[in-house]
Amino acid sequence: MKPIFMTYTKKDLINLAVCMVLSVLIIPTFIKTEYWYTSILIPWLCLALATIGQQIVMGYTGQLALGAAGFMAAGAFAMFNLILRVPDLGFVGSLIVSGLIAAAFGILFGLPSLKVRGIYLMVATLASQFFIIWMIDKFGWFKNYDSSGIITAQDIVILGKPFTTPLAMYFVCLAVTTILTLLAMNMARGSTGRNWMAVRDMDIAAESMGVSLLRTKVQAFAISAFYCGVAGALFAFCYLKSLEPVAFDIKLSFKILFMCILGGLGTINGAFIGAAFILLFPVLLNAIGNNVFHGAIDATIISSIEQVIFGLLMIIFMIYEPLGMAKLWENLKQSLRSKLFSSGIKNLKSSAQKSE
Amino acid sequence: MANELLFFMEVLVGGLLAGTMYSLVALGFVLIFKASATFNFSQGAMVFFSVLAFCGFMQDFNIPFVLAFILAALLMVVVGLCTERLVLRPLMNASEDTVLMATIGLGYVLEGLAQAAWGVEVRRLDLGIGDFPVPWIADNLKLFISALDITAGLVAAIMIIGLFLLFKYTKIGLGLRAVADDAGAASSIGIPLKHIMLLVWSAAGVVALVAGCMWGARAGVQFALVDLALKALPVLIIGGFSSIPGAIIGGLIIGAVEKILEVYIGPFFGGAIEGWAPYVLAIFFLLYRPEGLFGEKIIRRV
Repeated sequence: MKPIFMTYTKKDLINLAVCMVLSVLIIPTFIKTEYWYTSILIPWLCLALATIGQQIVMGYTGQLALGAAGFMAAGAFAMFNLILRVPDLGFVGSLIVSGLIAAAFGILFGLPSLKVRGIYLMVATLASQFFIIWMIDKFGWFKNYDSSGIITAQDIVILGKPFTTPLAMYFVCLAVTTILTLLAMNMARGSTGRNWMAVRDMDIAAESMGVSLLRTKVQAFAISAFYCGVAGALFAFCYLKSLEPVAFDIKLSFKILFMCILGGLGTINGAFIGAAFILLFPVLLNAIGNNVFHGAIDATIISSIEQVIFGLLMIIFMIYEPLGMAKLWENLKQSLRSKLFSSGIKNLKSSAQKSE
Repeated sequence: MANELLFFMEVLVGGLLAGTMYSLVALGFVLIFKASATFNFSQGAMVFFSVLAFCGFMQDFNIPFVLAFILAALLMVVVGLCTERLVLRPLMNASEDTVLMATIGLGYVLEGLAQAAWGVEVRRLDLGIGDFPVPWIADNLKLFISALDITAGLVAAIMIIGLFLLFKYTKIGLGLRAVADDAGAASSIGIPLKHIMLLVWSAAGVVALVAGCMWGARAGVQFALVDLALKALPVLIIGGFSSIPGAIIGGLIIGAVEKILEVYIGPFFGGAIEGWAPYVLAIFFLLYRPEGLFGEKIIRRV
C-alpha cells in the first residue's frame, strides 16, 4: 500500500479515525463511572506508552533491557522538579524536558549495549534500575526535602486551565499517547526503524552494510528512555497522583517486560494489547474471586494465582507463539479474511454452475 | 592504626563470607549454564520456592528437620523433572533469548506457587546456628565474625569441591561437559540428554535449597530472597557463566567490594550503595572482560 502522509497508509488513517472516535466520543459518552478512568483507562495508556518504549529497545532493536521502571522514575521526578523549580516551562514543556532527562539516562546506561548482549546486557540495565531509584531516594533535593517519603504531585495546568477531573486527565494521557504512538509507528517504518531491525536481526551484517551500531543502539536506548520517562511522568501525575520511588521498583520493570513480550515483540499494537491484558487480568481474577467464590479465597492467594498464570502464559507463548498476542490477533484476522474470501469463491463457483 | 587495620580486616572477612552466600546462588546458575547453555533466570525463584517448602514442611506439618530437608530436595527434583519435560524440551531449538524469557516465566510460576501454598508472611528459619560473632574468634583474633557466615563458607566450599570433582573425574561429569559443548553430537554418541538435563536441574534445585537455607536463616524466609538472588547475576558476570570456581571467586569479590564500599564510601552518599554497587562493578567488568575471569571466550559465528 502506498503511504499517503509520512509513512501512514490509508488503512492506518482509517484505524486512527476509528480509534479516535472510540476514545474521544464513544468512551466519554458511555462511561460515566470514575473508576474506569482512574483505575483502568489512565494506567492503561501510561503503561502502554512505557511498553512502546520497551518495544523500541527490545522488540525492534533486539536489546534485552530490564530497566523501564527506572527511566519512568527519572521522568516522573524530573517532571516534579521542573514544575516546582521552572514553572515557566508549563506542563507540556516540562513533560518534554523530563522525557529528555530520562533519555540522557537511557544513553548513559545504554552504552554497555555496544559491547554486550543478551543476559549480560540485562544485568547492565538492572544497574540503571537500582541506581536511579537509589539516587532519588538518597538525595533529598529530588524530593524537595520532603521527609514523609510520599510527595503529592502538583495539579496539571495547561495554558492556565486546570486538568484535575479524571476525564480531563484521561484526555491529557490520550493526547500524549496518541502523538507518541503515531511518532513511534513512523519511526519504526522509516529508516530509523529499518536500522533498528537490521541490528536486531544480525548486528554484524548490519554493520557491514553501513549501519552504525553506535548510533543505532544509542538512539534506540535514548528514544526508549524518552518514552518511558514521559510515561513515568504521566503515570505519577495522572494515575498515582503522588511520587514515591518505591512505585517504580523492579516489579514494575518486570511487569512492563511481560506486557512487551506477551503483547508481541516488535509491534506497536502489541504494546496496547499486552498492557491491557496485564492490567485487566488481575481485575478479572478479583471479580471472579469476589462474585463466584464470594471472597472465600484469600486476596493474597488470588494475587499468587495471578502470578502463576502470567508465568505460565509466558512459557506457553514462548513455546507456541513467541510473537505474542499481536500475532494471535493477526492470525485471527487472517483466518477470518480467508474464510470470507473462500466463501466468496464458492459463491462465485456455484453461481457460475447455475448459469451453466 | 592497628585498630583501623583490624576494622578493615573485619569488614573484609565479613564481606568475603557474605560473598560465599552469593556464590551459593550463583552456583545453581552455573550448573545449568554449563550443561545446557541456558541461562536460568528462575534460579532466584527456585531458592525462594525450595526454602519456603522446607519451612512449610517443618512448621506446618511438624516434619523433623532432616526428613523435611529430604522432602524439599525431592520436591526440587520433581520441579526439575517438570521443567525439563514441559519447558526445556519444547524449546530445544529456540533461541537463547526465548529460553531466557521462558525461564523468567518459570520464575513467576514458582514464586506464585510457593506463596499460594505456604503463604506470604515472613517465616523464621532456625538452623541451630546463631547469626552472632563466634566468641573464640572474637577473643583471640579480635575479629567479630558470625557463625552463620562461617558455616555458609564451609558449606559453599564443600559443595564446590564436590561439584568440581563430579565434573572433572566422573563419567556423569564427562557427559555433562560433552552435552555443554555440543548437545547434538553428545546425544548422537549415546549420552542420554534427558537424564543429563534432569540431573542438572535437580542438582541446581538442591543447591538452591542449600543457598535458601543459608539466606533464610539470616534474613528470614521471604519474598525479598528473590531480589537478593538477582545479585548472583553480577557475580556470574565477574566470575564467568560457565565456571564453578568463577562463581566462588566472583561471589567473594562482590561480597568484599560491596562491604568495603558500603563502609568506607557509602557514608558520603547516605549509605545503601550496596543495592547497585555490584551491578556497576559488573558493567566495568563487561567493558573490559566480557567473558568474566574464568569464562570461556565468547565467539560468535556470523
